[in-house]
Formats: sequence, C-alpha cells, structure tokens
Amino acid sequence: METIISIKPLLAILVSLLVVPLLVLSGKRPNVREACTFLAAAVKFLIILSMVPVILNGTQIVYTIAEVIPGVAIKLRVDAFGMLFALVSSSLWIVTSAYSIGYMRGLKEHSQTRYFCFFALALSATIGVAFSANLLTLYLFYEMLSFATYPLVTHHQDREARSSGRKYLLYIVGTSIGFVLPAMLISYSLAGTLDFSSQGFLAGTGSKTLISILCFMFLFGFAKAAIMPFHSWLPAAMVAPTPVSALLHAVAVVKVGVFCVARVLTGVFGTDLLLSLNLGVPIIYIASFTIMAGSLIALSQDNLKRLLAFSTIAQLSYIVLGIGLLSPKGMTGGMLHIAMHAFGKITLFFCAGAIFVATGKKNISEMIGIGRRMPVTMAAFFIGSLSIIGMPPCGGFISKWYLVLGSLQAHQMPILFVLLTSSLLNAAYFMPFVYKAFFCRPEDAMFENKVQEAPAFCVVPLVITATISVILLFYPQPFLRLARIMVQSITGV
Amino acid sequence: MSEQYPALLVVVPLLSALVVSIAGWVNKRLCFPIAVAALGVAAWSAVGLLLRVLDKGVIVYKLGGWSPPMGIAYYIDYLNGLVLPVVAIVAFINLIANKKAVEQQFPDKIGPFYTLYLLMVTGLLGIVVTGDAFNLYVLLEIAALTGYGLLAMGEERAPLATLNYLYMGTIGACFYLLGVGYLYIVTGSLNMVDIARLLPPLYQSKAVLAAFIICMVGVWLKMAFFPLHAWLPNAYTYANSAASSLIAPLVTKVMIYVMIRLILTVFTPEFVFTTLALSNAVVWLAVIAIVMGAVLALAERNLKKMLTYIVVAEVGYMVGGAWLGNRDGMTGAILHIVNDALMTLCVFMVVGNIVYKVKGYAFEDLKGLFRKMPFTMGALVIGAMSIIGVPPTCGFFSKWYLIVGAISAGHYGFMAALIFSSMVSVVLFFRVFEICYFEPFADHHGHDNHPGGMDEAPVSMVVPLLIVAVILILVGLYTGDIVNHVIQFAIPETMV
Amino acid sequence: MTDLISMVVAKYNFWIYITLMMIGLYAIIAKNNLVKKIVGMNIFQTAIILFYVSISVKKGATIPILEHGHGPDAHHVVHAADYINPLPHVLMLTAIVVGVATLGVALALAIKVYDNYGTLEEDEILAQIREK
Repeated sequence: METIISIKPLLAILVSLLVVPLLVLSGKRPNVREACTFLAAAVKFLIILSMVPVILNGTQIVYTIAEVIPGVAIKLRVDAFGMLFALVSSSLWIVTSAYSIGYMRGLKEHSQTRYFCFFALALSATIGVAFSANLLTLYLFYEMLSFATYPLVTHHQDREARSSGRKYLLYIVGTSIGFVLPAMLISYSLAGTLDFSSQGFLAGTGSKTLISILCFMFLFGFAKAAIMPFHSWLPAAMVAPTPVSALLHAVAVVKVGVFCVARVLTGVFGTDLLLSLNLGVPIIYIASFTIMAGSLIALSQDNLKRLLAFSTIAQLSYIVLGIGLLSPKGMTGGMLHIAMHAFGKITLFFCAGAIFVATGKKNISEMIGIGRRMPVTMAAFFIGSLSIIGMPPCGGFISKWYLVLGSLQAHQMPILFVLLTSSLLNAAYFMPFVYKAFFCRPEDAMFENKVQEAPAFCVVPLVITATISVILLFYPQPFLRLARIMVQSITGV
Repeated sequence: MSEQYPALLVVVPLLSALVVSIAGWVNKRLCFPIAVAALGVAAWSAVGLLLRVLDKGVIVYKLGGWSPPMGIAYYIDYLNGLVLPVVAIVAFINLIANKKAVEQQFPDKIGPFYTLYLLMVTGLLGIVVTGDAFNLYVLLEIAALTGYGLLAMGEERAPLATLNYLYMGTIGACFYLLGVGYLYIVTGSLNMVDIARLLPPLYQSKAVLAAFIICMVGVWLKMAFFPLHAWLPNAYTYANSAASSLIAPLVTKVMIYVMIRLILTVFTPEFVFTTLALSNAVVWLAVIAIVMGAVLALAERNLKKMLTYIVVAEVGYMVGGAWLGNRDGMTGAILHIVNDALMTLCVFMVVGNIVYKVKGYAFEDLKGLFRKMPFTMGALVIGAMSIIGVPPTCGFFSKWYLIVGAISAGHYGFMAALIFSSMVSVVLFFRVFEICYFEPFADHHGHDNHPGGMDEAPVSMVVPLLIVAVILILVGLYTGDIVNHVIQFAIPETMV
Repeated sequence: MTDLISMVVAKYNFWIYITLMMIGLYAIIAKNNLVKKIVGMNIFQTAIILFYVSISVKKGATIPILEHGHGPDAHHVVHAADYINPLPHVLMLTAIVVGVATLGVALALAIKVYDNYGTLEEDEILAQIREK
C-alpha cells in the first residue's frame, strides 16, 4: 500500500473552518453570506473529489498535523472508507445549504448567521473524522462535532430546545467521556500506539476479557451511532430545524457514529481478533435488536420527523450489522449502506421540511391527500422510502443485497430473517403514508386540489437527492469500488 | 546581561514596587506603565532563562557571589525553567487586561494596588527560582502577605474571608518553616541540593520522616488540598477581579511546584515513593479531593465560587498525579501546572469581564450573555473545553498523562475520579451556558426579536482574554515539544 | 517510668514549643474574638521561633561574638564548639519580622471587619452575614 504525503486532507477540513469569519462579517448581507457558504462547500467537495483518483488506485494520503504525545500524533490519513464517507457528506452539504436557504428564509428564522457558521464547523469536524489516521484524532473531531452541533440542535432557544439539548449532551458527551476516553487510554497503555491499521493493533496485547470489555466500551461509547439503549437523543434532537435534522441527523452526526464504530472494529481490533474472540456474534445481535425495535417503534409514530428518526436508528444498525458480520460481502454492504442510506434519508427529511414550510403540518394524520398539493415532494418521498426499504429502482437495494449475501457468507441465518422482516416493517410504516397522500377519498383530503409546492430552494434539492438515489442503483460508483477496496485491504479478499 | 536574568527576575519587580508606591502619590497615571515595564522585564528574563536552560543545562546563580551552603543560590533547572515563564506571563497578561477594572473598582487606591501586585509577583517568582529552603519561606511569606492585602480589597465579606485565609496560610507557612528547621538540625544545611546530598544516609531516621510530613502538611495547607481547602472558596470569591485572576491561577500552582521540588530534588523519589509507604494513601486523598471539589461545585449558584471549587479539584489532579510515583503521572502533574495556570487565568478573566459589565457573578446575572458578550463567552467556551478535557485544548493532554499514569500504576480509582470530574465539568459549564444562551426565553421562536445588541467589555479587556484562549489551544498542540524537550529532563531518570 | 521522665526532661525544648503551638492553635480555632485569634496565631509563630533558637544552644558555649576584632592579630583559630550557632538566630530575625508584618496585616484586616460589621465577635459577624 503506497502512501503519499499531501496537505489536501487538511485543506479539506480547513475550508469550512476558515469560511466562518467570512460568514460572521457578511452577516448583515444574507446573499453574500449564503454565497460564501456555497463557495466553501463547492471548494471542499472539489478538493475531496481531486483525491478520489489516487485513492481508487489503492494509494493512501497521509498528513501529520502535530506530534502531541510520543507515539501518537494528530494525523490525517485518507483511505477508501474515509473517502467514501467524505464524498457523501461533502456532496450533501452543497445540497443542504441550498435547502437551508429555502427553509430558513421561508420560515423567517432568527440567528441565521450563527446557524450557517456552526453548520460549517460541523462539516469540518465530519471531514476530520473521515480522514482521521488514529484514535486520538478521531476522538478530537468527534468531540468537536458534538459541541459544534449543540447550538444547531438548540437553535430555537426555547424550553423544549433546552431539554433536548440536555439530553443530547448527556447521551453523546456522557458516553464519549465515560466510555471512549478510558477505552482509548487503556488501548494506548496496552499497545503503545493508536494508529489504525488494517489488522488492528490490539492483537496479542491484553487478556480476552479486557479486550471484550474494550470492544463494548467503544461500541456503546460512540452514542452517535444510536445503538440501543443510547438512542434516545436522536428523536429528541428532532426539535432542530429540518435542514439540521436532515444533514446532521441523517448524514453527518449519525454517520460519524457508525463510521467510528466501523473504524474502531476494523482498525483497532481487526477482523481476525474479533473472529477469534467470537465478538461478532454479540455485536450483530445488539444491532439486530436495535433494527427490530427501531422499526417497531417507528410504526407507532405520528410525528413525521420522529418516525424518520426511529427509522434512522434502525437503518444505522444495518451498518453496524454489516461490519459485525465480519464477512467481506457483509462489510461491503455495511459500508455501502452509509452512502445509500444517506441519500435516501436526506430526501425524506427534505420532504418533511418542505411539507412544514408549505403547510405548517408536522403529523402524518394531518397530511392525508397531500400528494395533490405537493406532487413533486411526495414523489420524491416515495423514491426515498423505496431506497430505505431496499427495493429497486433505488440504490438501497444494492446495499441490502450485499448484507443478505454477507449474512449467508457468515453463516448467520437468523440475520437473514432480521433483514427481511425489517424490510417489511419499513414498508409498513412508509407505504400507508405515501398511499394516503396520493390516493384518498375526496372528502378525506385535507388540502385543496391545486398544486402549491414549497419554495424552489426547498424542492430542487430534494429532487436532486431523489434522482441520485435512483442513479445509484444503476451506477453505484465510486462508492461500491471504494467499499470493495477497503474490504480488500482489511481481509485480503 | 543574560547572566543576570535570575537576579533581574526578582529585583526588578521588587524595586519597581517601591517606585510605583511613590508614583502613586505623585501622579496616579504613572503607576500602570511602570508596572507593565517591570513585569515585562520579568517575563523577558523568565523566557530568557528557559531558553538558556534548554541550551546549556542547569543554571546556578549565587546571590551576591556568596557560595552555598552559606550563601543563597538561585537554582534553575528544567522544572522551574518551565514554571517561571508561566508565572511571569500570566501575571503580565493579567495586569494589562485588568487596567480598566482596577480603575473602575478603586480609583483612589491605584498606587497601593499596583505596589502589592508587583510585590506579590516578586514573591511568586522568588519561590520558583530559589534554591535555598529558608529563602523559600521568606518569599512564601512575601507572596502570602501581599496576597492577603490584594484579596481583602473587595466586597464586604472580603476582609473576613481574607482573615480566615490568613490564619490558615500562616499555619501552613509555619509548618513549612518547622520542617526546614528539622532538616537543618539533621543536615546543617539550608541549600536544597546540599540537603539532598546529605540526606540519603539518614533516610531511616524519624527526624527526616517528621520533616517531610510537616513540610508536606504545610504545603498542602497553602495549596488548598482537601480537606485543608476551606479557606479558598471564600477568599477568592469575594476579592476584586484583578486580584482573584492573579492569585487563583498562580498561588496554588506555585505551591504544587514547591511540593514537586521537595519530592524530586530535596527528598528524592527513592525516599518518597520507596522508603515511605504513603503514596497510595495520598492518591486516595487526591481522589476524594477531586470528587468533593466537583460535588461542591455543583452545589453553587454563583459562577465565581463554582470556579474556585474547580480550582480545588484541579489541585487534587496535580497532587494525585505527582504521588502516583511513575513518570507519566509526574509528567501529567508538571504539565498540568502549566495548563491549569492558563485555563484558570482564562476563566477568571472571563469573570472579570462579566463583573465589569454586569456588576455581578451569580447565575441570575448571566442571562443572555452569549448575545451581549460573544467574545468573552467564546473564550469561556474554550476555557470550559480545556477544563472538561476536550482535545486539542491543553487540558486534554495533561489529563491524558494523568490517566495513563493511573493505568500504569494500577490506580483505577484515580482514573475513575478524573473521568467523573470531566463529566461533572460538562454539567457545571453547560448549566452556565444554558443560562447565558437560552434565557431570557423569547415569547415565540421564528422572530428576530431578541432585545439589545452586543455590549462587550472594552477592547483592552477582551483582546488579552482572546490571546489566552488561543494560547490554550496552541499549548495543547505543542504538548509534544513541551514534554519531550523540557519536562522529560525535569524528572529524574530513576522514575519509571 | 524513669525512661519517660528522662525523655521529657532531655528534650524539654521540643515539649515547650509543641505546647505553645497547641495553645496558639486552640486560640485560633476556639476563641470567638478576632483579636484573640490573631494573638493565638502569633503565639503559634513564636513557638517556632523559640524552637529554632533553642536548637542553637551548645553546652558550655558563649555568645557568638569574636572578641579579637580587626587588626593584625585578628586571625586566630576559632573553635566552633565554643560559640553557640548564630545561624538559627539570624534566620529567626527574619521570621520575627515576618511575624510582625503578619500581625500588622491581620490587625488591619480586623479593623476593616470592624468597620463593616461593627463587632469583633465572630458569631455576631456570621449572624449578620446570614441575615443578608
């Protein structure tokens, strides 16, 4: 595996940090401010895109920022998995920025400058997590993300926001300081290094019990992955404005959580160690429980965003499940699902927000017949939900397919059952809503029959992401190729 | 000139204190520039000394040319070479930042205030730079007495709180003096290096044991190590902001330095950790100190008092880290001297800014501060991150070494206490942030109806604060250099 | 029993200074009046000064002043055993000055407390603070 040294990863992170002063200065002129955000998002995406050919060749890019502790530096490394995640989040930032404009201006929200600034900081931290070379750097950007997203979650500054903010901090910072930090330091004491490597670095350093305990500390410590029982922050965080929920809680924050879990399982422990200690089995059962419970709870939800939140909780555990299967196809499926789920879920959240901007409605029971009024939005919603369920013609089908193959490869039959049942449950909570939105008795319709969509800045992004979800089925590159490269470097297959 | 840095360091602030007190009668406006010049020279000398130590190794400076053990020698090695610039720079930044606050709070006592300020810095710098045990007592008392004077200038409760501090502080210093007396009886010398040379054959004697314990208790009293901490919260809370942001970051850290100096240089680690069997007990005391500091801080509804309890907990970190007995723990303790001085300076300067504008520091006074004073609160956020221990601020890295030291020593109770303290700090600071950010609650969201715009403290108070906040991050990123080039050599090689 | 008595009698300077320290400490803790506390603190410091002075004594030695003075015959051999140790006395001069300064500061603070609260009894002061 060749490595080259380049400052590009650092630049990708810094772009959105450096734009923050510009945003503050142009706060009084909203159009200039929004233009700065777009510029930063575009530059970030281009820098990341420029590194893709190198990564697809099998090379890795490294850059050391500071040697802070002997044996552990703040260091960046771009490999296939990190590139996959970075591509997803940076491309979606551009789309979300457009959507934010429509949403925030449509609702005449306050403190928009603060919103865009912390959004930029959160994206910096996300790319930082994607490009971390070791556990310390990962922890650094993980914490930065936690604190950068707090003002976004509590944007509305009312009592509900305050209590949701408390829950957010309690779950996310409490687990990272209480579990991840000691686990990281114990790992350092055992191994003397924290750098991720393709076969992990903890092999042969400690007793079986200690390593198993560390594994679970990391698994539950990254509470952004919303593995039960540390999931309650996610529905509570839905009080945030919808673009925040969309990007952060469908794409950036939660994906950071599962990315960290996947990174630690593969880069710190390594598949060989996990297989020899038989740790894959508890992991997939914990993930399966979250999948089933999340889907079941989603069935009972009336508030659209809460339904989507529980759906997200379940979908995230698919990724954990994929990694936990420890089989090449399973891990490919899990990593690919990061991309597929992101595009699908963000479409759904965009639609929920568009509905709120156009009609002010939040609950499904109040949205009967809404397809007549907002056909484009609901069509996109339909496509997004197909992707989440895992049906063609949407990209989610590919990742689910790989997960099924992966569970067969790992000889885990019950998981097959879990995957199929949860797909049925997903259909059960999405399809009735879509059906009732389009086909209902004229007297039940709650809206007039004329088309009145949300502002263009809201509708165009969701159409774009829905279209990409469909395209991804037919052309899942570069994500599939990146996932395959990563799995190959881990397992050699 | 650079050979005279050790003397300049102490003499310049001392003499300029005299000049300032005279200038105070003649023309009040001269006091501040003279004080700034004096502390500038002191900071310059301190940094120069550190660079010379890095270049040439340990420096021994004989005052007046008299040789030890009869003469007093200033002894600068890697340990105090690191602490000296910290003390000098903290005092310097604090002086500049608090100019307006001093003028606001006691405009008729500017001369006396700066005199006491300069004498206090003289005392603190002298404690760090000296190599003579009795000279340390003298400078300790200089720092203490001027500290009492500074702290008493404040609210109505300040004189009584300071009087209580005075009793405890005097008892502490007297204990230290007694311990030095015992050492003198058995060795006949007062020079630290000399005593260390003469002590090893006497390690088993009761007198040396008694000397060590008595010195330790005295130093613990002066650094507010639980349960000898009761004087600190009241004394620091009711004082005026310029004094509390000078004393809170520095006095306890300098006392920790004295403790580490006694452990590493005078009574070597062989005696302290091997011959005595006290380390485990002291680390458990430190655990209790950390937990109690955190719990007592939670009970306060007053920002400044909450911060003083955090200081008590931080003292627990450093004492526990030093007494773990291994290299990582001692590195953590020494690194934390630097880091905690900076973090405490940052948060107390924030309180100073808040008091200047809002004239109060209880939680009720803090409503809506994120909107009114964004730069000050931004610095508070960074200071809070450092106290919680979030990378890349410096507080994280000293916690790293302390926890790794605890793991190596098998002392999981200490590790648990440090993690507990981090989590409690999150609660403590976010309680404050919630009040500053959410309250007063707007009637309904979605409208830009927050009353009032920015009402920030003056530039001369905000810019130094922001500089300190940036330093917190820079020191964090440069931890590797600090540990590898300085602290590593401050700890004897015999410590593993 | 005789061992105990001989131990007490031989190290009588230690016992005296410890007793004085404890008296001082008792005054600081138990007395109500601020001035009495301050006096107690002074007793505490004085005990230590007394201790240092007591350790400089030697049997059959005289005060440490050389009679010969300056001049051509000034350099006689000086037997240290003939003169008591002057160093602790010198150190204690410093300590006495420190003690006096501390006393001054403490009394100034007590005056300030009296100005604020009108009384020097600690229980009355605490009652006033609690009322506010």
